[in-house]
Amino acid sequence: MWVTGKGGVGKTTVAAAIAEVAARHGRRTLVCEMDAKGALATAFDVGELGFEPTEVAPQLFAMAMNTEDSLREYLRLFVRIPLLGRIGPLASTFDFVADAAPGVKEILGVGKLCYEVRERHYDLIVVDAEASGHIVSQIGAPKVIADLVQVGLVRDQTQWMLDILDDPMRTGVAVVTTPEEMPVTETIDLLGRLRDETGAHASAVIANRVLPAMFSRREQTVVDRLDDAMDLLVDVAGPAVATVVDAARLTETRRSTGADHLDRLRQWLESSGDVADGLPIITVPELFSRGSGPRVVSLVAQALTDELDPEPPSGAGRRG
Amino acid sequence: MAELDNLLASREMILVAGSGGVGKTTIAAALGVAAAQRHKGRILVITVDPARRLATALGLDEFGNTPVRIDPKAFVAAGVKVRGEVWVAMLDTKAGWDELITRHAPDDATRDAVLANPLYENITSRFVHSHEYLAMEQLHDLHATGDFDLVIVDTPPSRNALSILDAPNRMIEFFGSRLLRWLTVPYRSRLFTVASKPFYQVADRVLGSRFLQDIADFFVLFQAMEGGFVRRAKEVEALLRDPRTAFVVVTTLETAPSYEARYLARSLIERGMSLGAIVANRVLPAALATSAAAESAAALLEHADRELADSVAARLDAPRKQVSSVLEQIATRFDDVALVAARESDRRSELADLAPALLVVPWLEGDIHDLAGLGALAGHLRNGG
Repeated sequence: MWVTGKGGVGKTTVAAAIAEVAARHGRRTLVCEMDAKGALATAFDVGELGFEPTEVAPQLFAMAMNTEDSLREYLRLFVRIPLLGRIGPLASTFDFVADAAPGVKEILGVGKLCYEVRERHYDLIVVDAEASGHIVSQIGAPKVIADLVQVGLVRDQTQWMLDILDDPMRTGVAVVTTPEEMPVTETIDLLGRLRDETGAHASAVIANRVLPAMFSRREQTVVDRLDDAMDLLVDVAGPAVATVVDAARLTETRRSTGADHLDRLRQWLESSGDVADGLPIITVPELFSRGSGPRVVSLVAQALTDELDPEPPSGAGRRG
Repeated sequence: MAELDNLLASREMILVAGSGGVGKTTIAAALGVAAAQRHKGRILVITVDPARRLATALGLDEFGNTPVRIDPKAFVAAGVKVRGEVWVAMLDTKAGWDELITRHAPDDATRDAVLANPLYENITSRFVHSHEYLAMEQLHDLHATGDFDLVIVDTPPSRNALSILDAPNRMIEFFGSRLLRWLTVPYRSRLFTVASKPFYQVADRVLGSRFLQDIADFFVLFQAMEGGFVRRAKEVEALLRDPRTAFVVVTTLETAPSYEARYLARSLIERGMSLGAIVANRVLPAALATSAAAESAAALLEHADRELADSVAARLDAPRKQVSSVLEQIATRFDDVALVAARESDRRSELADLAPALLVVPWLEGDIHDLAGLGALAGHLRNGG
């Protein structure tokens, strides 16, 4: 399960929460941060994550992708030449080739993940993937390599990866968005690009930080006219009550603007045919925490559980 | 306030940086409008990826690296008074690279061979942070033409904002790297180089010699342009430290973006680059975080189902039940917003310690997608110290 979205929409928290839900349901789960920014370590409140998975909760393992370690592992597993000891000082060299040769860096990351899938080391692998601008080149790397590289081990290795990545039963992409203009637009663009440039299938759109409605339509007319009774409110609650009313209006405006953007997304999903046929929008409410860490992950996990499966998992308590 | 006006008057180049999703592009455009409101002259805003409606508002229906002037009549129609000219250009990475190659190629044959190389597009779109580098190339280029008094660049979203600052040096290192030399040594003789042997054996097995040869061919062509590229990269690097250049770091007051903003601000200072201002975008009103407001909310909750509901219902001629429910909602939901506002004010003071000016832009209704909106935003920026 690849989790992506525009920068700043809460991608890492959502990825961590999906992994937590799966682990709580007893599935052996690996969550992997691809861009090595350390956000996933913050989400679980663990010091630092490396290439070797750390068990951050029962059945829940977390790692940070590192293409050099991935290359090392790949060479150890697949290329039996007795040179490994001597590659060490060539790390920067490798970095360079990986930068220069299209898709090499990406395929080492994707390859590691596909390898874990193939070997069935985990029941579920959640990828805290690159932001939507980069995910296509990441997930599309095996295809790029297959097109560009004519011979060699890497070329031979692309087919089994594509088999995994292109199989909707095994690989899905969840796009995280917030109810704002740019994230929604980027989500729509990305869903189209995933179809056109990769074989991967979108499996969900997750709308994060959605404000719940505060007022019914009839209540809203009361809110709109409340200024006419402001003096009565001030008598009881003091002059600062105007700020309290403003806050409610501000929240309500944000909610309705956001709802318009989500409507646009919903309409697009409905009319997009094969790009996102029947793709659900899963809603995670605004938690008003604006932080990251285990508490938020846990709350988002709960919200996802409520949305997807109203029955609580048997025998699993809420963490928090 | 005077801070922004001074910044816009004293600098020739402004780089707008920050993490993704904080409204960087809109702020960059608004800075351009703010400059034009205050000063005469020609102002250029280079944007990266504007939202479609904003692009349309800026007259950027056709994207290209050639600046387009925003029609002065459009400003008049939007009720925005400007004294200067506002020009906009949209960064086109592919075209930018083609221009660079054309400029630095020693002859037409090299140029054509590079542009036609199957790896060219792939490589330029990936390596050495080419978007960041190109954004600054463009800045350098347009500044060098002398056509503009002020050039404002909206930097591309990047995983790490620092990669912007490092991009020119990476380009220089790239051309100086041992590997580039290895790659461009004729393939046969390379096999006999003891130092590179293990690497090539591995690379050969993994990538295949044919592919390696393709890469080598490409870099042989590329190396012919080394002199020009390195010289330019050095100029771009110097431009980043030039006293006429300032950075404006944009952030929201959410945890992750403001953490990144602080990190970026400190790094700029460490590197001897000029941090002109930090813009805190989409900020909730500070009044929300006051104890007076919290007490009001508590009192409102207490009275939501008492005589207050009766009197308000009578005044508004609305059903009492609705009124009472509305008052209760307003009072209970206030805590959430107040909590966010309180955290925001914390981060605000952390940021204020770092920058010579912290410009606070309030949360505005809806997305900004026309000149009137940009004009309003520019006003907030100029008054937001």
